[in-house]
Amino acid sequence: MERHLQREIDKLKRRLLELSAEVENDVRMAVRAVEDREETLAATVLRREAQINATEVEVEEECLKILALYQPVAADLRYIIAVLKINQDLERIGDLAVHIAERGLFLCQQPRIDIQFRLGTMADKAQTMLKKVLDAFVNLDEAAARAVCAADGEIDAIHREIFQQVKTAVTGNAQLFEPLLQILHISRHLERIADHATNIAEDLIYLIEGRIVRHTPEVLTKKPDKPPPPAM
Amino acid sequence: MTDAVKIANRNFSVFYGATRALRGITLDVPAHRILGIIGPAGSGKTALLRAMNRLNDLNPDCRVEGQILLDGVDIYQPDFDAVRLRKRVGMVFALPVPLPLSLFDNIVYGPRLSGIRARTRLNALVEGSLQAAFLWDEVKDRLHTSAMRLSGGQQQRLCLARVLAMEPEVILLDEPCSGLDPISTARIEEALIALKSKYTIVLVTNNTKQAARVADTTAFLFQGELVEVGPTGQIFTMPKDQRTNDYVSGRFG
Repeated sequence: MERHLQREIDKLKRRLLELSAEVENDVRMAVRAVEDREETLAATVLRREAQINATEVEVEEECLKILALYQPVAADLRYIIAVLKINQDLERIGDLAVHIAERGLFLCQQPRIDIQFRLGTMADKAQTMLKKVLDAFVNLDEAAARAVCAADGEIDAIHREIFQQVKTAVTGNAQLFEPLLQILHISRHLERIADHATNIAEDLIYLIEGRIVRHTPEVLTKKPDKPPPPAM
Repeated sequence: MTDAVKIANRNFSVFYGATRALRGITLDVPAHRILGIIGPAGSGKTALLRAMNRLNDLNPDCRVEGQILLDGVDIYQPDFDAVRLRKRVGMVFALPVPLPLSLFDNIVYGPRLSGIRARTRLNALVEGSLQAAFLWDEVKDRLHTSAMRLSGGQQQRLCLARVLAMEPEVILLDEPCSGLDPISTARIEEALIALKSKYTIVLVTNNTKQAARVADTTAFLFQGELVEVGPTGQIFTMPKDQRTNDYVSGRFG
């Protein structure tokens, strides 16, 4: 019985890692499509959305099957619950990559705006958070998960900065309203990607420590008595 | 519901000859709750359960150390009456053992031995205990047929009713559903959950899922030691000890 469950969990983990690699790749392509005005890259991201959605549904069905057939408890249960939630966050990140690609396609048709937005820095940071949290998932590295949570503030700050820049720029340039709005949207999407990476980090902390740290930032800095880690 | 302790095991050990079956167990049994005791074969679950109504007294090789306090009084002190103890602390065994008598006589056997003769009192005990064991509706029209004609699940509920007829304070159950189908198991479990408002229940089970379903508190024994005890929700989601985690997840045992 247990060996079967372990095999199912290993299979689930592989599937989730495939999904995360695809999503990471989509975010990278979407950001490049905006930065380099690459319409073909943006179109590729749009095309891949259906596959990401299908994989998300498959992973969820696998989780439900494991819950129904094996009724896992303790570390196994926390693992399945964490995978269910991480899966949802990854799918949402995939959607955000698609939104960024759509904005990118629009901006390709517009003249360049002569304002330096720190979108590239923001995208780098968001992608780094995503990469680190996925590495933390593979290694069940709780310290790395906490570091990802801590990094979210920097992205929020850049988003606020871009919001101010757009607000100032749009005042005197009504004809730039739409492209500026698209840039603000991209900034917002990157900020949301970082939020989802943070959610994944919080789910990882739950998986490793057995504590729900959402909505309790003060707990994130404390080291609790840990339950036995999942043997994954 | 109360947080009072009904039975307190204090640094309690059991030896069978030279073998130490239980090692210094300190474990509270909360009143009006279900305490589940889980652990692999040979972990000492049954030894601990039997110790709580001194069934080990009958084994000349058995020796105990430490204390078991029932309402604060040590049940192993020399002048503690074992018969009276077993009236207060009833036991249901893994295999149902109905007496080869009618259902009615099975239930009144103990009360009659303890001196109850009045027919109305006996009738009331039979109906009350069969209802409490969730068996009344199935057998009320055939109380005078042989108990041996009941199904396994019904026989086990009859055994529970027989214990209840003695009006105990504590019910000890040793794998009471080990031979039962899921429906019969569910009926016993429903009965236990309903009974905890009046009684204190200790349930030894090899089925960890059963402890998860019915126990308020779960204790994990391993190789004669109490590894961990805690609220059942915590034991099955965030056990503190690696061995508890591995046992409840089915990695061994």
